Amino acid sequence: MAECGASGSGSSGDSLDKSITLPPDEIFRNLENAKRFAIDIGGSLTKLAYYSTVQHKVARVRSFDHSDKDTEQDHEPPYEISVQEEVTARLHFVKFENTYIEACLDFIKDHLVNTETKVIQATGGGAYKFKDLIEEKLQLKVDKEDVMTCLIKGCNFVLKNIPHEAFMYQKGSNPEFRFQTNHPSVFPYLLVSIGSGVSIVKVGPGSWETTGLCSALLSTGCMSEPCQAQVETEDRFEWIGGSSIGGGTFWGLGALLTKTKKFDELLHLASRGQHTNVDMLVQDIYGGAHQTLGLSGNLIASSFGKSATADTEFSKEDMAKSLLHMISNDIGQLACLYARLHCLDRVYFGGFFIRGHPVTMRTITYSINFFSKGEVQALFLRHEGYLGAIGAFLKGAEQDNPNQYSWEENYAGSSGLMSSSPELCPTQRPRSGTFDLLEMDRLERPLVNLPLLLDPSSYVPDTVDLTDDALARKYWLTCFEEALDGVVKRAVASQPGSVDAAERAEKFRQKYWNKLQTLRQQPFAYGTLTVRSLLDTREHCLNEFNFPDPYSKVKQKDNGVALKCFQRVIHSLDALGWEERQLALVKGLLAGNVFDWGAKAVSDVLESDPQFGFEEAKRKLQERPWLVDSYSKWLQRLKITVE
Amino acid sequence: MLKLGGGGGGGGQDWACSVAGTGLGGEEAAFEVARLGDPGKAGCRGPGRGCAGIPDSAPGVGMLQAGAGGPARGGQGVEEVGAPAGGGEERSARHPSAPALRLLNRKPQGGSGEIKTPENDLQRGRLSRAPRAAPPAPGMGDHGGQPERSASHAPGTPAGAAAVNGVLHNGFHPPPIQPPRLCSRSLPGGGDAAPPRLPLQPELQPQPPPPQHDSPAKKCRLRRRMDSGRKNRPPFPWFGMDIGGTLVKLVYFEPKDITAEEEQEEVENLKSIRKYLTSNTAYGKTGIRDVHLELKNLTMCGRKGNLHFIRFPSCAMHRFIQMGSEKNFSSLHTTLCATGGGAFKFEEDFRTIADLQLHKLDELDCLIQGLLYVDSVGFNGKPECYYFENPTNPELCQKRPYCLDNPYPMLLVNMGSGVSILAVYSKDNYKRVTGTSLGGGTFLGLCCLLTGCETFEEALEMAAKGDSTNVDKLVKDIYGGDYERFGLQGSAVASSFGNMMSKEKRDSISKEDLARATLVTITNNIGSIARMCALNENIDRVVFVGNFLRINMVSMKLLAYAMDFWSKGQLKALFLEHEGYFGAVGALLELFKMTDDQ
Repeated sequence: MAECGASGSGSSGDSLDKSITLPPDEIFRNLENAKRFAIDIGGSLTKLAYYSTVQHKVARVRSFDHSDKDTEQDHEPPYEISVQEEVTARLHFVKFENTYIEACLDFIKDHLVNTETKVIQATGGGAYKFKDLIEEKLQLKVDKEDVMTCLIKGCNFVLKNIPHEAFMYQKGSNPEFRFQTNHPSVFPYLLVSIGSGVSIVKVGPGSWETTGLCSALLSTGCMSEPCQAQVETEDRFEWIGGSSIGGGTFWGLGALLTKTKKFDELLHLASRGQHTNVDMLVQDIYGGAHQTLGLSGNLIASSFGKSATADTEFSKEDMAKSLLHMISNDIGQLACLYARLHCLDRVYFGGFFIRGHPVTMRTITYSINFFSKGEVQALFLRHEGYLGAIGAFLKGAEQDNPNQYSWEENYAGSSGLMSSSPELCPTQRPRSGTFDLLEMDRLERPLVNLPLLLDPSSYVPDTVDLTDDALARKYWLTCFEEALDGVVKRAVASQPGSVDAAERAEKFRQKYWNKLQTLRQQPFAYGTLTVRSLLDTREHCLNEFNFPDPYSKVKQKDNGVALKCFQRVIHSLDALGWEERQLALVKGLLAGNVFDWGAKAVSDVLESDPQFGFEEAKRKLQERPWLVDSYSKWLQRLKITVE
Repeated sequence: MLKLGGGGGGGGQDWACSVAGTGLGGEEAAFEVARLGDPGKAGCRGPGRGCAGIPDSAPGVGMLQAGAGGPARGGQGVEEVGAPAGGGEERSARHPSAPALRLLNRKPQGGSGEIKTPENDLQRGRLSRAPRAAPPAPGMGDHGGQPERSASHAPGTPAGAAAVNGVLHNGFHPPPIQPPRLCSRSLPGGGDAAPPRLPLQPELQPQPPPPQHDSPAKKCRLRRRMDSGRKNRPPFPWFGMDIGGTLVKLVYFEPKDITAEEEQEEVENLKSIRKYLTSNTAYGKTGIRDVHLELKNLTMCGRKGNLHFIRFPSCAMHRFIQMGSEKNFSSLHTTLCATGGGAFKFEEDFRTIADLQLHKLDELDCLIQGLLYVDSVGFNGKPECYYFENPTNPELCQKRPYCLDNPYPMLLVNMGSGVSILAVYSKDNYKRVTGTSLGGGTFLGLCCLLTGCETFEEALEMAAKGDSTNVDKLVKDIYGGDYERFGLQGSAVASSFGNMMSKEKRDSISKEDLARATLVTITNNIGSIARMCALNENIDRVVFVGNFLRINMVSMKLLAYAMDFWSKGQLKALFLEHEGYFGAVGALLELFKMTDDQ
């Protein structure tokens, strides 16, 4: 998360100077290569999206032609490494408070180089209000896009491209965030968008069949190219209902009741209140003598029921809390009723009422569980706030077919999910003045599920979920912290000719160190935390400072050595009997794995004993039975197959 | 000083009752909540359903079970999260196998958790009551109300009771043919009022040996009771009570066919109760008799008379109990049938202060039986049920009678302090579909906070004058007109109170606007939930009852509009004249039934 330099830290949101100077490369990164803008202006937050091309170094491997060479004899490396400059596509999404909109537009105008861009896609309630300002500042024509269409497009995009995008929130349980592995078939699903009012939308191919008020209207403007057919059906949606009791009701009624003007402050009040002082509970009607009823006495019989009969004054906190419950419960109830009517068991929630607020996520989850008796899942999205901007951007970029590619979240350039709740994270800086970022890199090739997997949707590649396992998390974070010096050294060493390598490496250290600290505080910031994601984050950070692969030389050397050993190993394996060969194979796999990433013990050994090799590793292996040992079973199965 | 109106209707307490009013409900609710904290168990429908298998138990016994089960299970789920008053819960109506399980004789210290046998109860009850009970005045007025149980083996059923049976069990009853009441009253000795079947006949019936525990005093009462020829008919006075979160609803049957002999026998305080209730329309500062709702010349339990509808705020309950004590109400030995959450809340006070034992009843059972009964007898020759013709056209919209002779299935939306929604398939087969905590109590509560008003009447008066569109954000406020894409009219409310996000707008609205917006918000929300339930349950008749609708034409028309508009005419909103009193009527019916069952 980047902070606005001039006034971000320390000062509160109220006293922010609107004419701040933004640190250019921290927030609107890579503007000089930017083209194609989209903007989503909500009630309080603006989300800007743009596309840029990023030039960075890539380490490429090129094989020698080995046909006329005897690899055994010389010390030549087995292949050549060439560092090339490559251009990749990146999507940038920046979220900031509406108060900064003018300053941001000025900044963009000053730094925008590309002149091809003529149009900016705009959505959100504020798009109309700021239309003139945008056109004047950026000299771009504003194209207004439908809010809901953008929201759905954005939602489908993140659900498809960002693993662990959706999560369930259970306050007090461990972990509080339970991420969903992205299911290949999320459709159809229910999306409940809680803005000032509530819209309930059914998304996906399934929604097409159901007759609705607006099916006919929906067909307009969606169809373009045949290759997009799949996406088009997925982007179909049907507005199946709504409610006028939403975020605006919380805010408006809350402002009237508590004289508190800001939405976030209202939530803050609510988080400290006691709704039982205002609400009429079952036990208030049935009497204190029946506390034997246990929990059911705590149920709310009538929201604000006590304020109708008692002449006492009610505290702001209590009223805000009561209001929050009233609205969350109501929305949850309606969502359940619609889910039931349409036979859906997953409901995604979005809109400013949610916006990652633990307070509202908690009450909504509670309500959904209560009304559906646990049969419906309430799901939230890590990038919920960006959906509109992403969708608007995609609308404008249809000619580039962004949906044909796979995109991945760039952990180095993204802020991650931040908690806005002070009680969750007391050390957190105030939300005001912060700029939230999301960057997504286009992958060279589309990602597909491994066809050999029996059930891709249930396959979890990571053995340890570090969001879940606090001890393991601590261990691995420490592990990566301690290894950081070594990586920095390697990085510098990998670019001997570069004058600024040391400086860049230092920046890398700082960035990665900060990421690790964030993850210590908020392990859920980037979805499920795994060793793999920690490595990915490191790689993204290295890439950002132009260290494509600090280990390329090491790998090159090791591979050379390995290749030299290869013939010998093959011969010795061939000499063994069938059964011994199987055991040797497995031992070899285990020993090989010892060299795998992150194994601290191995790196210690290698540092102290450069001669340590495959044979040594094999000798270090534990005798059978191993910790998890299904070797005999496996062998048995093999025998049958062989026969 | 006290608020009369209130969205008392019994929704809140109705709901509460369904959760807690019976052992079954209570347990289910406890499980529902407990389950929340434990997603792992989410799929397991076990506990709640398991409870459903427990044979119908008396409210009281059930409560004790729930008490034992509840806390042990809970712990995790609720924290300070506000549990909404919803949660569908399936259950079939039960006719409490009442007599055996009545809590009439519960040990005063109560709540020990042991399940008592009726015999034990009787004994304890008697013993504990004995010192306080007024000494029976020989030959006068003591109808021996309390231990009806002992008559349970009495063979033979008088015709009068059979008629009552008819009413109760098929839910229909021909409107009474008007007898010359006035005449009979003017001639106290005139015999035409008293049906010839009444006098003394039961005396000829052999009485079963009284249960072994019977004390002489009880036997004495028993005998007198039989003397009065009212076997299988409860002694006067006949009350049915529904003690809600906001309002207490009381129905009182005033016999108009009292014979001279009866009049003479009538004890003084019974007479004074009758005179007091029927000659006044207001009681104390807050009690009101809804004269316009009075059902005249009604035959109930073989007696003819008028049914009076009285309400007062629940906060006056203690004064009411105090009065019962001062008037020595307990000497009448009547059974006080009460439903609503207050039946539980005030039970102890009734017993300790007024020496009265409440017969507690399930409030949803009462609601349905009461509703069916009142509809079947009609409203003094007029229909009880009505709807609005042309609900989407304000010019042509008008009230029309509706025949509810074949009411099933119906969605019954009871709007009191909170709201309960039931799907009713027959008179004794229904389920509570869901409920919401946004009900009459919410309307009044928010209105009080926002406008400083103090009563339901005041709040409605303000609402009638206000304009909610100043307060609410409409679709056209956002989209400039209709949002065609979603088929939404520009005049539809996009965000209730949405305009109040802006300070300028906050400063420019009136209290009346706020009251109106509150009313519209709550009403539309109930309509919306009811409509979804109707769709999910596949029911197209939606009956709205409860005191939230009292003198509240705005809400009724809004509901009629919402049902019709959003369903494209598929759903019909129905209303009933006696809005909030059905629970109390149902409680009164239980009084007859319980006597009859013996």
